[in-house]
Amino acid sequence: MIVNLIKSPTDFFNVFLIGFTQGSVYALVALGYTLVYGILQLINFAHGDVFALTGLVATTFISSLFNLDTGTAVLTIGGGLLVTFLGAAALGAAVNSSIEFVAYRRLRNAPRLAVLITAVGMSFIVQNVSLAIYDVNAKSVPHLVPGTPVFTVGGVHYDWDALFVVLVTAPVLVLLSWLVKSTKQGKAMRATSQDPEAAAIMGIDVNQTISFTFALAGALAGVGAVLFLTQYNIRYDTGFTLGLIAFTAAVLGGIGNLTGAVLGAILIGLIQAFNEGLSWFAPGGDWTKSIVFGLLIAILVFRPEGLLGERTPEGA
Amino acid sequence: MGPRGRRMREYTRGQAGRAARTSRLDLALAQWRRIPPRLRGLVPLFVLLSLAITYPFYVASLPTNIPVILTLPTVHDSVTIIVFVIMAVGLNVVVGYAGLLDLGYVAFYAIGAYTAGWLASGQFQQVNFHFGAIGVNSNETGIHISVWLVLLLAGAITAIGGILIGLPTLRLRGDYLAIVTLGFGEIIPQFVRNADNLHGFDLTHGTFGISPIDAPGFGHTLHNAVGLPVRYDDSFPPTPDRLFFWTVLAVLLLTVFCSMRLRDSRLGRAWIAIREDETAAGAMGIPLMRTKTWAYAIGAFFGGVAGAFVASFNSGAFPTQFDFNISVFLLCMVILGGMGSLWGVVVAGTILAWLNVEGLGNIGSWLNENVFPASHQIDVPKYTFGIYGIIIVLMMLFRPVGLIPERRRKREIEEGTRGSLDEPLYEMRGANEPGAGERGESGRIPRG
Repeated sequence: MIVNLIKSPTDFFNVFLIGFTQGSVYALVALGYTLVYGILQLINFAHGDVFALTGLVATTFISSLFNLDTGTAVLTIGGGLLVTFLGAAALGAAVNSSIEFVAYRRLRNAPRLAVLITAVGMSFIVQNVSLAIYDVNAKSVPHLVPGTPVFTVGGVHYDWDALFVVLVTAPVLVLLSWLVKSTKQGKAMRATSQDPEAAAIMGIDVNQTISFTFALAGALAGVGAVLFLTQYNIRYDTGFTLGLIAFTAAVLGGIGNLTGAVLGAILIGLIQAFNEGLSWFAPGGDWTKSIVFGLLIAILVFRPEGLLGERTPEGA
Repeated sequence: MGPRGRRMREYTRGQAGRAARTSRLDLALAQWRRIPPRLRGLVPLFVLLSLAITYPFYVASLPTNIPVILTLPTVHDSVTIIVFVIMAVGLNVVVGYAGLLDLGYVAFYAIGAYTAGWLASGQFQQVNFHFGAIGVNSNETGIHISVWLVLLLAGAITAIGGILIGLPTLRLRGDYLAIVTLGFGEIIPQFVRNADNLHGFDLTHGTFGISPIDAPGFGHTLHNAVGLPVRYDDSFPPTPDRLFFWTVLAVLLLTVFCSMRLRDSRLGRAWIAIREDETAAGAMGIPLMRTKTWAYAIGAFFGGVAGAFVASFNSGAFPTQFDFNISVFLLCMVILGGMGSLWGVVVAGTILAWLNVEGLGNIGSWLNENVFPASHQIDVPKYTFGIYGIIIVLMMLFRPVGLIPERRRKREIEEGTRGSLDEPLYEMRGANEPGAGERGESGRIPRG
């Protein structure tokens, strides 16, 4: 890495920016894992597939419903994208909370293994819903946000489409942080995640709070999916690998910890970009999955509480 | 007079009443009951087994227009089905007995298949090593070890792999363990896909896979002595498919037998104790790490043997065979059958593997022909994994104990791990069957 920095600083910083952008998208998905894990101690395997499904529906929004293209007027694109974001977020929220309602709620007192296995099953079901509607081909949308540079310093250029991702992610993160820290609903979420029974005694509607958490996670996935779509194309099974990578990010940051999830996601984005973009001592894109999962295993084995998490008795 | 005395009185009264209505059928039943229970349990097994062994002889004459399923599987597909059942039995050791959720079992399958690829093919052209390989010219390059040995070696190497994976990860709590195994299940296929150029060394031949892999055989000496086939891939009758079928059936029986004996062994009881309550098991002096690692190693062993067998059967090991989907597919078999229930897993494994290999395609074409209109044809096999997802979720919601639940597991799930206070703390195996303990003594049918 340092060799790269010295050999070609421009490449290094370009790759750094790519990684940062990618990390922002991962952050939105990783937050979904962390929110749900924080409240139910459940790895919601279906989360990545909810991401893919909302992304695919967003392609319909953009391409068929609004007929957006690169030539469309800026305001129309902006409005269309805004509606797409809201629609995807609403869909993600609806799907994710219905998954909780249909499957996880009945198993709240079952052994944790049972819920986990159910989550794997739900993941396959959601994936196949995407497959049934959108078939096996990858879907993409026109490059709506132009790839022209915002600024160029030396050979380093920062493009509008990358900035767009950050411009969307940052307010969403601020909003989320406000929601969790300062609202009554956020207080209920924190209370439920600490002790559901005590929260129930205090008059908190635990079921409703958990539903809300799932909806929130789904909405974040929806926003993330639209952002992902502005850069890459999406397929019915995109969500599986992406979900695992985002989960790794959540674990890296300390699962259950919101700031940690964002930090972990950006780190993972950087690791991936460096691995794929650098020319010196980088194994290349073929090995990305191995490196990310290797990292996941290493974290879980050596520091299961993650970068920012607290060590819990069961976590060790 | 406790409850036992009352039950005894009722029992003898019932016997007296029945004796009055003795008929031919009752006598036959009585004779049947005089067979020791252990032997009696084996009878359906023998019937099934003889049906299975003779399957290649009568499969061709079976009807091909059975409603819904159309046909029964061909001998070739049956081999694949049985291999999957073997793996499901192996996974059942890890998930069912020891309660460790393993989402990366496919890694063991891959290690087994590639071990066979390394030890019984021309993959390593730099060396020329032959040991008991049948039908391979002694001047062919590569490592050629007898496939029978390779099966065992693959099992052993995979077991070592299982231990290596298990040692650092088995400390982790259930869902973290699941994720770590999933990670391994993703890394190993990617490794074999990419390891065609490790500093210039071709370890796995990348996406092309290793092919051809030697076929098993018994050689001329055994052929002349007892008539065993020289080589499996010779085209003389019996055909290769049949030979592979009988072999894999034997491997399955061996697997099931080992799995059964393991379950009842000291180690098996330790696994079940850990599954039921890890803390309590640890407090009782069960070495947790060692016991769990053994579960991993043994589960991996079966996976490795199955992988090596498939590699020899398909004469190749290809990276596309080792998807995450396979892990879930195997997990689905274990869940459907009932975690820890050996026979349940065998039955569910057979059904699901058949659905995967042939069944869903057949059912799909039957449905398209008879149910769906021509305008709405559905490609059923495309949704295989969605169907498995539905099976998993429905089972977990409505029948978490599986189709053929294991007795202990059923109680565990129905009553929680705590159990009620008025139930006995222990139970004797087979205490409810006549012939076991004093209660059985009085239950024996009077002669004459």
